[in-house]
Amino acid sequence: MSHSITDATLRQKTIAGTLVILYASITMVPLLWIFMTGFKTPPDSISYPPKIVYQPSLEGYVNLFTTRTRVSPEKLAELPPPKNFAEEIVRNREMVIAGPSKFGERFLNSIIIGFGSTFLSIFLGTLAAYAFSRFSIPLADDLLFFILSTRMMPPIAVAIPIFLMYRQLGLSDTHLGMILLYTAVNISLAVWLLKGFIDEIPREYEEAALIDGYTRFQAFYKVVLPQAATGIASTAIFCLIFAWNEYAFAVLLTSGTAQTAPPFIPTIIGVGGLDWPAVAAGATLFLLPVMIFTVMLRKHLLRGITFGAVRK
Amino acid sequence: MIEKPLNRLAQATPTPIARRVKGLSDRAIAWIFVGPTIFLLLVINIFPLIWTINLSFTNFKANRIGREIEYIGLRNYERILGDSDIWLSMQATAHFLFWTLFLQVIIGFTLAWLINRKFRGNDLWTTIIVLPMMLSPAVVGNFWTFLYQPQIGLFNYVVAFFTGADPSSFEMLGSVNLAPWAIVIVDTWMWTPFVMLICLAGLRSIPNYIYEAAEVDRASKLRQFFTITIPMVLPFLMLAILFRGIENFKMFDLVVQLTGGGPGSTTELASINLKREAFEKWRTGYSSAFAIILFVTVFGLASIYVKALNKVKER
Repeated sequence: MSHSITDATLRQKTIAGTLVILYASITMVPLLWIFMTGFKTPPDSISYPPKIVYQPSLEGYVNLFTTRTRVSPEKLAELPPPKNFAEEIVRNREMVIAGPSKFGERFLNSIIIGFGSTFLSIFLGTLAAYAFSRFSIPLADDLLFFILSTRMMPPIAVAIPIFLMYRQLGLSDTHLGMILLYTAVNISLAVWLLKGFIDEIPREYEEAALIDGYTRFQAFYKVVLPQAATGIASTAIFCLIFAWNEYAFAVLLTSGTAQTAPPFIPTIIGVGGLDWPAVAAGATLFLLPVMIFTVMLRKHLLRGITFGAVRK
Repeated sequence: MIEKPLNRLAQATPTPIARRVKGLSDRAIAWIFVGPTIFLLLVINIFPLIWTINLSFTNFKANRIGREIEYIGLRNYERILGDSDIWLSMQATAHFLFWTLFLQVIIGFTLAWLINRKFRGNDLWTTIIVLPMMLSPAVVGNFWTFLYQPQIGLFNYVVAFFTGADPSSFEMLGSVNLAPWAIVIVDTWMWTPFVMLICLAGLRSIPNYIYEAAEVDRASKLRQFFTITIPMVLPFLMLAILFRGIENFKMFDLVVQLTGGGPGSTTELASINLKREAFEKWRTGYSSAFAIILFVTVFGLASIYVKALNKVKER
């Protein structure tokens, strides 16, 4: 038994465990509620007292993906029988499906902009990080600090001139504009983190490769890149999560074509302000991928969220 | 051995390029590698910053293109310092900043300390606790308005259940007294795990032999806590406060979804005020000046703080 005097006793462990589990359970309630509300009918979602046991329904998801129009009961009776479950749900509310909603498009925008900016930040960030790690660059420390300090600016402060600049360049509300913007924001974190990862790869490997006749480029992508793969992957996840969650720039600089999901989801609620199941359904679909990533990558979390300040 | 890769490269590329690639000095490669990043940051971060500084001396309004731009010197800055709205928003920011940091440090450290007892399954529970902070603040903030609904909201229901109050008798987001606390609660829910994770890293960095030595010296557990645990975790804790401080000073997405700055302007934090000035009233020059003031404030406070942090680290 490797029991040291500093280890917690079983009783201490039980108490600590109970308290932590209690906190974790409370903290999960809002997230669980989002998930549950997504499967409620609108009347169930706003009933008092809040319903914990209810008849699950897909109405929220149907409403999320469709736009609907109200029809009179007489007209409803004339229609052919509903073709699928979605139509049936909608007709129970005396409505018919008018077409798809914008949610699919907005979700796709989030994917395009998220992955586009992540790819670009990682591509440029890895090159820059390698250079900072391996070559002596004049004023390297100042440059690095400058790169990181760009993240201290409030997004709204940067948004004013970006808004004006994009209007002139025709980049407002375009995918390219948002990809470039998110890349600029993310690249600071990417360079900083990746430099830390590359610093840890012994120089000897590359030097051996150089002696073997590899050029610098070859040494970089044949020796260093494979070694930094884990670091690059976890940095990429952080860039992706940032771009995925970003709201301030998205709400100010996009309105249609390139609008991502975060500014869109709150607008699903509709005019009456009662369609919470649809909002919850949208939120569930949007949040779930991040949760899965978080659980999968929990071992690499710490370094990313602390800007690489905490290394293990 | 040495010839082989070279030959392959020479065969694969036309001679002039091959010679050029091979002839690139390390310095040239360094600039090729760093160049694009610096360029992007210059165009999307530095150029806009300079433009903002320039705009802050004008009376420019972005919704009126073509009108002549007048340089009005420091008048925007003078007006901001005398603007009671701005001071109210700074007050709201200070309240938000103080209470979120206070609560997150207390709860985050306690959680980390408990998790460090290494009970079975602590890994799993840590991951669950971390979930809120990885999610989109706007989407989550929007949903919290539902939880905060009087009568039907889950939050009101739970509070009513435990206190016996009527769940429709208080509006977390609609009341002037409660709204500033409503945003503190959600931010604490969301970001306590961040402080917790950093504290946990701090606690795990303390080598066991220090405690063992203290045990040999018969130092009490309480004494160990205050003379070993706290001082060793302090640099980590200060780092957590720095990151959270900067983030919450810029806070926008979560609170704009929760309250939009209301009721009245009780939760109108600096960034929300800035957004209103810049994108609703379209006072571009004026808001640029405010943006610069905010930026200088964050930067200044952070620099002072980092100096203090380094002192703590040296000890």
